[in-house]
Amino acid sequence: MNEAYNSVASFAQTWGLVYFVVLFAVVLAYALWPKNRSRFDEAAHIPLRED
Amino acid sequence: MAQTKAKYLTLEEGFFAVFLIVIAFVCLIIAGKTYDQVMAFHTAIGSLFAAGGAFIIFKNYFNDGGLAIPQEIDGKPNYNLGPIKFGAWAAVFWGIAGFTVGLIIALQLAYPVLNFDLPWTSFGRLRPLHTSAVIFAFGGNVLLATSFYVVQRTSRARMPGRIAPWFVILGYNAFIVIAGTGYLLGATQSKEYAEPEWYADLWLTIVWVAYLLVFLGTLWKRKEPHIYVANWFYLAFIVTIAMLHITNNLTVPVSIYGTKSYIVWAGVQDAMVQWWYGHNAVGFFLTAGFLAIMYYFVPKRAERPVYSYRLSIVHFWALIFLYIWAGPHHLHYTALPQWASTLGATFSIILWMPSWGGMINGLMTLSGAWDKLRTDPVLRMMVVSIAFYGMSTFEGPLMSLRSVNSLSHYTDWTIGHVHSGALGWVGYISFGALYCLIPWLWNKKQVYSLKLVNWHFWISTIGIVLYICAMWVSGIMQGLMWRAYDQLGFLEYSFIETVEAMHPFYVIRALGGALFVVGALIMAYNLWMTVRHGEAEEADTVGAGAMAPAE
Repeated sequence: MNEAYNSVASFAQTWGLVYFVVLFAVVLAYALWPKNRSRFDEAAHIPLRED
Repeated sequence: MAQTKAKYLTLEEGFFAVFLIVIAFVCLIIAGKTYDQVMAFHTAIGSLFAAGGAFIIFKNYFNDGGLAIPQEIDGKPNYNLGPIKFGAWAAVFWGIAGFTVGLIIALQLAYPVLNFDLPWTSFGRLRPLHTSAVIFAFGGNVLLATSFYVVQRTSRARMPGRIAPWFVILGYNAFIVIAGTGYLLGATQSKEYAEPEWYADLWLTIVWVAYLLVFLGTLWKRKEPHIYVANWFYLAFIVTIAMLHITNNLTVPVSIYGTKSYIVWAGVQDAMVQWWYGHNAVGFFLTAGFLAIMYYFVPKRAERPVYSYRLSIVHFWALIFLYIWAGPHHLHYTALPQWASTLGATFSIILWMPSWGGMINGLMTLSGAWDKLRTDPVLRMMVVSIAFYGMSTFEGPLMSLRSVNSLSHYTDWTIGHVHSGALGWVGYISFGALYCLIPWLWNKKQVYSLKLVNWHFWISTIGIVLYICAMWVSGIMQGLMWRAYDQLGFLEYSFIETVEAMHPFYVIRALGGALFVVGALIMAYNLWMTVRHGEAEEADTVGAGAMAPAE
């Protein structure tokens, strides 16, 4: 039982960190990617456009 | 879809009609065979509601001759506003009911004689009635109404289905009635914010799946290529609440003829699942859903785009991936392993980042338009709401630390924290949204009286300040009294002495709550007068508004 706990805990403490860092990096890259800029600027105006 | 259809029920109408008739008969059978009076009462109500629903489906079919509803009128989307109107007024009604029950239980704590020595009016039964009424009935209807509005407007498409959106909004309110009356009659599974028993949970699951389908269907039909950020938040709220609700309610009923059920997990596992649910009800119901409101209504009211759309993307993904881990901080110093509670506290601290990122994004949307705060009390309400969001998301992670929690847990500090979030953040952003939404839905220029909004704002704000300050003082005092020892090592205070010491703060809290109720009543009057006597929108947009009654 204790062994199982230790292996799960060490997996979570190492790969969990990697998982969150990679995830955050991907999100940042997507949000800040220069090519996406005009698309996001346009999207920000969606609520303000009247039909 | 656009052409006139044959004089038959659509598949959707037929499906819902058959489904409701089956439900009506099943309820009737259970009502006849049950040994449990609460079950008999609830299945009788359920049978009536379901039969009524089936009746309305047929009545509408015969009234409109089965004609298809146009998706567009004059090239403009023919938005489905009926269910939204219902949801908005249901929110006003349940809000006042929920705030009033809150005031009653606040007075009960100050003056216990108000329990009246009756089981139905005791604090233990009224308290879940209050929490569910404000969170699920008031907040839930605000979320349903605004999400249906926002997803249609930002997708530029009509919601799919003729019956489904009505099924969602009416079915959800039927759930509220079953849950609320159940608490008063003593049917509860004793899980905080998840008190309704198995049959109510099953019903909510069905309604929620329909909600998800209607929401996704609208996105599917969208004319706008990009899915606006508010819809991402709404979607995260709907999907996560489905997951939480189902997992935390995996119960086995003792009998289908009785209200009582037992959860499949035992002991600490049950506690962990419960607080995984409980905290994410805060994170996804009271945060993600209302952030969606912020991302639509604040830019709309300020007439400027959100400060940074890129930040909103980072905000969204960071928030949903972090919140889900924070639950164990509710179980410090329990049978839960310490590593789990440390994990919960760690993620709570990390949550400072997305929470404040979102707060800054909301507040900075006003940059260059700060003068509107002086002239527009509706916008002021929403901005103060975001400030409360920042404050309570700062306080929460602090309280999740084990050392702070050892003082704050089980005391009124927790109640104060919850109410700075609930009254300040959720309440004010909802009021702001309703003040925008009701004039839009009824095609009015503005709310009936901005002066009354101003009165609502100030009265409620004084109420909130009285409430949370009283609870901070009372809670910290309570925590300190509990841990005070005399020089011989005995506890310095008996429990009843702490209760006596808290009495003045309970009275102040009730006063704060009373002011909040008064504010909400002013709002209800103002919104009612908006619908009845508000000034109509200019001629050129009347055409757009006239589409509303097309159903």
